[in-house]
Amino acid sequence: MKRLHLALLVIVLMTTGLVMTGYKATVLGFPLLPAQTVDNWIVEARVAFEPTGGPVTARLVLPDDPPGFAILDENFISRGYGLTTSQQGENREAHWTTRYPSGRQVLYYRATVYLHNRTNGEDEAYPGPVSVPEYGEPYHSAAMALLESVRERSADISSFATVLVSDLNAPNPGENATLFVDPNDTDADRVRTLIQLLAGARIPARMSHGITLTDWAREAQPMAWLEVHNTREWVPIHPRNGSTGYPANLLVWWHGDIEPLQVERARNRELSFSVTRNIHDAIDVAEQRAQLMDSRFVDFSLFGLPVQTQNMYRVLLMVPLGALIIVLLRNVVGIRTFGTFMPVLIALSFRETQLLGGIILFTLIVSLGLAIRFYLDHLKLLLVPRLAAVVIVVIMLMAVISILSHNLGIEQGLSLALFPIVILAMTIERMSLVWEEHSPQEAIRQGLGSLAVAVVGYLFMVNRHLEHLIFVFPELLLVVLAITLLLGRYTGYRLTELLRFRALGQ
Amino acid sequence: MTGRWFITPGELRRQGILGMNARNGSYIAQLNARSNYPLVDDKLQTKHLALDAGIAVPELYGVIETPHQVRRIGKMLEGRNDFVIKPAHGAGGDGILVITGRMGEHYRRANGRLMDRESIQHHLSNILSGMYSLGGQPDRAMVEYRVKFDPLFDQVSFEGVPDIRTVVYRGYPIMAMVRLPTREADGKANLHQGAVGAGVDMATGETLHGVWHGRVVDQHPDTGAPISGICIPDWSTLLALAARCHDLTGLGYLGVDVVLDRDRGPLILELNARPGLAIQIANRQGLLKHIERVDARLEGMEAPEEAAARAAWVGEGFAQATG
Repeated sequence: MKRLHLALLVIVLMTTGLVMTGYKATVLGFPLLPAQTVDNWIVEARVAFEPTGGPVTARLVLPDDPPGFAILDENFISRGYGLTTSQQGENREAHWTTRYPSGRQVLYYRATVYLHNRTNGEDEAYPGPVSVPEYGEPYHSAAMALLESVRERSADISSFATVLVSDLNAPNPGENATLFVDPNDTDADRVRTLIQLLAGARIPARMSHGITLTDWAREAQPMAWLEVHNTREWVPIHPRNGSTGYPANLLVWWHGDIEPLQVERARNRELSFSVTRNIHDAIDVAEQRAQLMDSRFVDFSLFGLPVQTQNMYRVLLMVPLGALIIVLLRNVVGIRTFGTFMPVLIALSFRETQLLGGIILFTLIVSLGLAIRFYLDHLKLLLVPRLAAVVIVVIMLMAVISILSHNLGIEQGLSLALFPIVILAMTIERMSLVWEEHSPQEAIRQGLGSLAVAVVGYLFMVNRHLEHLIFVFPELLLVVLAITLLLGRYTGYRLTELLRFRALGQ
Repeated sequence: MTGRWFITPGELRRQGILGMNARNGSYIAQLNARSNYPLVDDKLQTKHLALDAGIAVPELYGVIETPHQVRRIGKMLEGRNDFVIKPAHGAGGDGILVITGRMGEHYRRANGRLMDRESIQHHLSNILSGMYSLGGQPDRAMVEYRVKFDPLFDQVSFEGVPDIRTVVYRGYPIMAMVRLPTREADGKANLHQGAVGAGVDMATGETLHGVWHGRVVDQHPDTGAPISGICIPDWSTLLALAARCHDLTGLGYLGVDVVLDRDRGPLILELNARPGLAIQIANRQGLLKHIERVDARLEGMEAPEEAAARAAWVGEGFAQATG
């Protein structure tokens, strides 16, 4: 019963911890490695026009969940305008309205986007086969012949479209294809033609427009792309070379053969796009994204705390890991230490002193403390005053060491003050007891054991990857807890017992 | 004697060796109720319990609880030439002071060194302030009768207190060893401090080979006398005594330390709720096999047996198991 209870508890803790971590890492995009940066792009649409009098309404299509990207942040710079956004068909639109505009008006839409591996469009249902349009002769027979020949050379809907695109773009298009090609066609014209022709094969197709994200593109031109629906998803196809799929740096802005900007009662309309690259800490990106996704995770994360407190928790959250190490080393390996968690505290102070300096200082302080303790023993003091005396003398010695080392230019001596001195005093006391009651060897063995455990704990606790993981995914502590609970029921042999009972093997 | 320097877990398991984790997690945690710990951790309570049950213990001369009493220790010790001072909550033999004689104002310790009264008072105040107690709790000091050892173990002990440790599992004494002090152990009978442990045949009470520092030895390192073949008198009585200690304390996993006094016979020295595992090395066999035998016997039993019956069963069963 107890076993089952524990097993269930461990499984619940483990899965909770791992699922939350997994969610944060994959969906919210929190980085698993420290100091990861994410490229993000600030894309800006600039709308300019001159009102001709009367209330003005400007409508701009906005990117809506563009494939391969996630929108981190967006804002509108439009003083004096009323603003609403709404879904219009396949597109999201911003409506700016104002009653009394005067002079040239400039409005901005700015979005921060970053690459995010998520396929979009799968949720868009198949619109159903389209009806064959009336081409009129001679186009009808040419179209049918062309489509027939394309059908023979293709396997499915997307390859059909690809073959058709390359037929139209061939340097010497066949006679059927020539009818539909004008050398001066823009991409958009070509896409329109393709949509018409694909309709002849009852394939639903649409136009989309995207912006190529390159650094410092002041005047980015929207590019027209063809999308065909293969009954599962929209497949993007380059209207010139027939390649499928958007390039990684193409941000799809809108769908359909529409004007991206519509302004009523205005002239000299201008719409221009610009792109700036930005490097952000991945954590910030993930946080902002979680906020946009309305995720509760981030509201209750450590990042919401003041920076000083955050730094404290960076250290504090490593203590459970140190405790786990202690459990492992004591119960599975079987190393004896002075005081159960003294090594964790020593390891914490090693963070400040660095490892080698820490070991030297620790050894120095403990040996000096022992010497003092043995001297005080002659005075026959009571226990607590003796402990206090050790603390006082040890602190004075520490100050002396710090001053000396500072004058000698060894700055590590300064971090001495960070040792948990009361814990050290207790260690000294216990060590001297073991020294007297058992043997100096035993005292030194346990002292070295404590030091070794502290060093191992330190090595784990200063690991940047671990520190980052625990701080960004504190729910991993649930996993640490689960492992600790499991070890709590470990009744197997300790490694040192294999030595201890070796006489039985003879 | 030059075996490997380690033993495999499989081998340990095959021999039924009880490990520290299994002892703590599967036996002590399950069988020893926390609330019963004070009965054995406080040697004063143990003493009173034993006396109430009519079990022989070393006579208590006095208890020292306050610094005031420490100052007036001379009065308490008046007329006593040999005695033992021990902390009521001591562990592992720490803080025990054995005085064997007196020379004017000085006291002679078991190791022959002299000690003045001030040193004794300092030792007492150390005990009171909790230097030797578990967790550093303030403690009391007991002054009690110094056991006059039965000459039985004279040849195989160096100073100090040879005692007989029995592990009692759910009321059944399952394993025993004699702990023989050495020069190195400074008169203490703890194996990890350098004492020799000798396994005991549970059926006959005869000592087997000894273990010293994890190695098998046949002779005492200080005296050179052979360790095995010493027959402990009244072995069955001793087993029954150990079995009764289970009834006193209600602890299912218990260590009973008995000394043999020249004049007063076996005396219970102390009880231990966390007896060590070295006894397995001394006996060269694992505790788990015996634990399983006891569990199997208790399985099919309705009413618990009397201590004497339990001890008798152990003696017979052991003879069968080894014979």
